Amino acid sequence: MKQLKSRLSPVVENLPPSGIRRFFDLASEMKDVISLGVGEPDFVTPWHIRDASFDALSRGFTSYTSNRGMSQLLEAIADYLMGYNLHYDPDRELLVTVGGSEAIDLALRAMLSPGDEVLIPEPAYVSYRPCAALAGGVPVAVPTRWEAQFRVSTTDLESQLTARSKVLVMCYPNNPTGAVLSETDLQELATFCVQNDLLVISDEIYAELSYGGKHHSIAEQPGMRDRTVVVSGMSKAFAMTGWRIGYAAGPEDILSAMLKIHQYAILCAPVMGQMAAIEALQHGEREKQRMVEEYDRRRRLMVEGLRSVGLSCHEPQGAFYAFPDIRSTGFTAEAFAEELLRQQRVAVVPGTAFGEAGEGFVRCSYATSADQIEQAIQRMGHFLTEL
Amino acid sequence: MEKEKKLEILRLLQENARRSPAMIASMLGVEEAVVLQVMDEFERDRVIVRYSAMVNWDKVDERRVTAVIDVKVTPQRDVGFDAIAQRIYRFPEVSSVFLMSGAYDLQVVVVGNHIREVAQFVSEKLSTLEHVNSTTTHFLLKRYKWDGVIFDDGEQDQRLVITP
Ligand SMILES: Cc1ncc(COP(=O)(O)O)c(C=O)c1O
Repeated sequence: MKQLKSRLSPVVENLPPSGIRRFFDLASEMKDVISLGVGEPDFVTPWHIRDASFDALSRGFTSYTSNRGMSQLLEAIADYLMGYNLHYDPDRELLVTVGGSEAIDLALRAMLSPGDEVLIPEPAYVSYRPCAALAGGVPVAVPTRWEAQFRVSTTDLESQLTARSKVLVMCYPNNPTGAVLSETDLQELATFCVQNDLLVISDEIYAELSYGGKHHSIAEQPGMRDRTVVVSGMSKAFAMTGWRIGYAAGPEDILSAMLKIHQYAILCAPVMGQMAAIEALQHGEREKQRMVEEYDRRRRLMVEGLRSVGLSCHEPQGAFYAFPDIRSTGFTAEAFAEELLRQQRVAVVPGTAFGEAGEGFVRCSYATSADQIEQAIQRMGHFLTEL
Repeated sequence: MEKEKKLEILRLLQENARRSPAMIASMLGVEEAVVLQVMDEFERDRVIVRYSAMVNWDKVDERRVTAVIDVKVTPQRDVGFDAIAQRIYRFPEVSSVFLMSGAYDLQVVVVGNHIREVAQFVSEKLSTLEHVNSTTTHFLLKRYKWDGVIFDDGEQDQRLVITP
């Protein structure tokens, strides 16, 4: 029978394939690969959290929870956010989601009408663009620059601003660049957002992994609380990626809209994960601190190592990524990553996987042991001297 | 150098004594020369007593036996437990000695090549010492975790090689 209509939505068909898929396939086939390509902690979830979840299971916590999330968890999140000077009502302004991922998707779907433009400073985490498109929006890349240490400025935003710009999705500490914003940056951005009536989705999932001082949210800035959805979660800070627990915090109208989508599309976040998250937020400080200190040591090792083999690299101030400049090698980011993998079996992610602004850079994750980092750097040294 | 940084050096070395001073220096954001100097100081003051490997002997030497012995002793005037502890720890068979609070006084760990060898040590050398009142010997059956390290840890890196 003749097929008149495509079976697939054109929006989905037009989504570009993931920029890391090919590397994943290539690296998966090879033996003895040292991977600096992993975007999640190498620590296993701290034992006390796992132990608490065995207990929860044995007590029969296997059912649905309320759509918004378990009240004990919502309260723990509210308390936790207060540590960042953010005050949210757990019953009306918070929502527990299936990872920060779901919160990003929900926020975009709650905010966008067809054709609304979403400003995305790039290089950026891979989900913003497709989620914006799937929500009917138009993702607009806002390139950030090496010279500005990849911190987005109002000038950068200005250049892409139109009458249809509605949402700014920002992520600091940043994946993939490790950039964080200064107090001045935040003030300027806040003024800009208020002036131009922009909503903000602030992905602060790496907030705990800030090395140069405590993290500050843009939602703290005057006029911003009411136009910002803060997205975060358990994945990075507590090494809990597989538990799939994240959350959103924001003004009641937007959070209610997000809750509405969530209750139909998802019902609730997994109860096991929620129980584990309660334990993490209430008793996880010490283990978290231990992990952060370890990342910090590896961060120095990574940056110094990359510089010692001849690559320029800013000192990342957050997350667990270094983003060295590989332009001096003459390779594109993709070719560099591929050759490095083939010749020395070190996996890094080409910057272009995070948008065009990532050309000329690769992402090196230091969520791997110090000894592995040492070895990877040695191999990169061989690779670069043999060029 | 601040005390906390110095302690970090100790922790990093205790975790893996083969880490080079250069690597430790870059992890802590200090000069290699400074790390070397601090290590020298620690060695001189016997804070760092030795650099050694943690060996899982169970994998290579089936005969090896370890006994943990609770020893009750009578402390002596002026020297307390120290003199008797010394009498005990000088024996090469003894791998460690601790003064304990509680039901007994000294915990003595003895390593030998056969149960008989250890038993002989206890009956002939240890329990016959003056001031030793009694001994209770426990043979160690399996080492699960020692000094922070889990032996035969089944926990592996389950992550995918590349993720966003
Ligand atoms: C910037 C950023 N946001 C969100 C996520 C999603 O995290 P999760 O859904 O596990 O909370 C990730 C994961 O890599 C990330 O790097």
